[in-house]
Amino acid sequence: MQTEALLRSPDIVVEPTLTVERLKAYYTTKAFGIDRDIRAVDDISLTVAKGEVYGVAGESSSGKTSLIKTIVGAIRPPLHVVGGTVRFNFGGQTYDIYDLKPDELQAIRWRHLSYIMQGSMNVLNPVRRIKHSFYDFAFPHMGLGRATFWDRVRDHLRKLDLDPGVLDSYPHQLSGGMRQRTTIALATVCTPEFIVADEPTTALDVIVQRDVLTMLRDIQRDLGSSFLFVTHDMSVHATVSDRVGIVYAGRLVEEADTPTLFRSARHPYTQHLVASLPKIGDTTRRASLSGRPPSLADPPPGCRFHPRCPLAMDVCSKEVPPLVSIAPRHRVACFAVTGAPS
Amino acid sequence: MSLLLDIDHVGKTFTQGGLLSRRSIEAVKDISLQIEAERPEILSVVGESGSGKSTLAAMVLGQQLPTRGRVLFDGVDVASIRSGADRRAFMAKVQPVLQNPFEAFNPLKRVDRYLFATAANFMAATGKPTRQEIEARVDRALVEVGLTLAEVRGRFPHELSGGQLQRTAIARALIPDPRLLVADEPVSMVDASLRMSIVNLFSSLRDRLGLSIIYITHDLATAYYISDRIIIMKKGEVVERGNAREVLDNPQHPYSIALKNAVLTPDFA
Amino acid sequence: MFTIVRDLIRYNIEFAVGFAILLLLIGAVILSFFSPYPAADIYVVAPDMPPDAEFWLGTTSRGQDNFWQLMIALRNTLAFGLGVAFLSRILSLVVGLTAGYAGGRVDRVLMAINDSVMVIPHFPILVLFYFVLKDDMNWLMLVLILSALGWSYDARLIRSIAMSLRTRPFTTQSVYSGMSMRKILVEEHLPYVMPIVFATTMNNMIWSIGMEITLSVLGFTDVDTPTMGQMIYWANSHSALISGIWWWVAAPVVAIIVLFIGLFLLSMSMNEYIDPRSRLNRMGS
Repeated sequence: MQTEALLRSPDIVVEPTLTVERLKAYYTTKAFGIDRDIRAVDDISLTVAKGEVYGVAGESSSGKTSLIKTIVGAIRPPLHVVGGTVRFNFGGQTYDIYDLKPDELQAIRWRHLSYIMQGSMNVLNPVRRIKHSFYDFAFPHMGLGRATFWDRVRDHLRKLDLDPGVLDSYPHQLSGGMRQRTTIALATVCTPEFIVADEPTTALDVIVQRDVLTMLRDIQRDLGSSFLFVTHDMSVHATVSDRVGIVYAGRLVEEADTPTLFRSARHPYTQHLVASLPKIGDTTRRASLSGRPPSLADPPPGCRFHPRCPLAMDVCSKEVPPLVSIAPRHRVACFAVTGAPS
Repeated sequence: MSLLLDIDHVGKTFTQGGLLSRRSIEAVKDISLQIEAERPEILSVVGESGSGKSTLAAMVLGQQLPTRGRVLFDGVDVASIRSGADRRAFMAKVQPVLQNPFEAFNPLKRVDRYLFATAANFMAATGKPTRQEIEARVDRALVEVGLTLAEVRGRFPHELSGGQLQRTAIARALIPDPRLLVADEPVSMVDASLRMSIVNLFSSLRDRLGLSIIYITHDLATAYYISDRIIIMKKGEVVERGNAREVLDNPQHPYSIALKNAVLTPDFA
Repeated sequence: MFTIVRDLIRYNIEFAVGFAILLLLIGAVILSFFSPYPAADIYVVAPDMPPDAEFWLGTTSRGQDNFWQLMIALRNTLAFGLGVAFLSRILSLVVGLTAGYAGGRVDRVLMAINDSVMVIPHFPILVLFYFVLKDDMNWLMLVLILSALGWSYDARLIRSIAMSLRTRPFTTQSVYSGMSMRKILVEEHLPYVMPIVFATTMNNMIWSIGMEITLSVLGFTDVDTPTMGQMIYWANSHSALISGIWWWVAAPVVAIIVLFIGLFLLSMSMNEYIDPRSRLNRMGS
């Protein structure tokens, strides 16, 4: 219902590149008689437009990594999809991720859809030169002759300010930042329309992080791809994301354009995240939330944030607040903002 | 003026490889640094990975011995500590706070066990403590960090949040009444909504208990927020040092400037 | 303990089968104490009788009841394997954990001893021991000798785990909690090497029982204590297969196979249960 409301909003004219509707994915573990459901993704709906960088923010074990795993169809037990759909739209053709056969899914990965994992610099085979990684991963998907393929790879590297000489190096000869940039080059050489990046800069030093983020931004501008950008670091979102969705305990609690989110967030959790960011040149005291992030195996009833929420009302512990549009491109799930149901 | 910590032209070289292909890496080159006993402070050590900041911390904690220069704590050369009793006396005064609280506690053991062990082992110097004395000491340390023994007793690490666990780790470090805490990236693994509570705790410990803290981090923003003094390290050397606010408001060394410029600041106001 | 076994039987088919075999073996061990004939006595029954209602597994050419011989041999062989495994596990744990944790000179000295033991060829050394000791080479002596030879590979394995455990932050936390080295090794590190210990117990028992059988078949052990190898030795020396007394050879061979399968299934399923990761999963982290 909420997605329909969003689709009707005047901003979105063409069909979005990614449409996620009421997605639910749980981890079910059975260990010696104890069954547990961990609701890592619980009823999430969102869309990503063509050429948009959509940021997903959330704390550790808030379910953001599970969310993107279910979106790219990389689902391995014990994770399984309980309900909802994920649709990609590549060049006017719609692909429903869960209707695809494994080989069809394989075909759209790399070609249309690319996934940059956390610590992905480790995907490079340590005992082979980097060009072998390019050949193994990308060559089968490009459908080009060898000479054209290598020309394309070198062009791509040059465009990303990487010396094509890296192709003849071994991964250990490169620094961590260089390796991460090389992997990003590898992930984008097929000019995918949709790129999912999961904490791509988390393990990197600040100066390198800035370089990598600039590079990702450039790629996005060059290729016109859509990005799903996941990180817990709000200041990274401030730098790269066009729109940010805040995930708390498996649910989307607020979503808005980045400037709106930083200037006038409405959900108390988002407000706290933004307000607690320390800044150089500012020593005013930063407060911290009380309580702890809930366990996904046994989340609190109603709004999952209510035990820590300064605005909590009676209804918050009983009913789940729906994600409601309060302005164009601004959705929030909070009874204190949208009014309690009568 | 007496010095709590006197790092005197300290260097550390690691040698790698076998007999034929020996390589040496200078992790720390000739660093001097003092903390005064009478004036507790939070000293930030900032640098990227490979800058030698963690090696410096390990030398202050006595986990690694310098290959050059001396580390003096309360006038005693850390390298001269040999006997178990001396070592324990040193550990009572210098305690670490580790980076990832989930790894700092054995996941198979209850967290209170470390608290009780610390209390029992360090109170043993003045006669064998009773169970009540131990519990009272542990509870006092936990109250110091905003927790109580009731909240922690019998819990496994995964039953506490990252913030609670890091507080528990800090409480454990406080039990022997140390003079200096060495905190290596103590908030980088703590969730954003709980991070500032840990950072605020450090400044309140300094003010209330007169504790000095060496805060090792790559995060300039929190360093600016809590520290009194800062040193910026690159490749084993100190490139800039001084009052934290002054250095970060107006960095002089090209590397410090590059570091500050690389910090992402969300500015939409 | 009871609930653990019950849950394992219910949810783990390997364990259920292994446990059934274990019960069977325990039954055999208990039964062996009720043997109507002393183990070493010969010509107490008619020789060379095929299996029938009276002699379930027939009788041997030496006039012994094959069934009771097997029960007693099973008990001795099991006790032998467990004895060697127990003693050598203790040796490998002490050496492995200490060397891995202490490092430096302690590590070098212990590993020098370890590697020396590792390169000793076991079989010739055992034969040599037999010729030197002759009549003193009894069952207990063989347990001690095999224990002294069978710990070195596993000590190296345990050391490598201990080395990585030493660098884990919780070890630092324990050190700064003022815990002694013994306490850290026993209480903090031991749980992490227990899966390895269980897995290697299996290998070690197979190795030591196999070694004992080999030596026995060749007659290089004390021939008065009946074991699996002894049974085969006597069967061979009476040319049992040629004269058609197949049950004399078949009984110990089948028993050994069943014993090994049972041990394997148990160690596999226990391993899964003891593994800290699956333990944590159950604890609900």
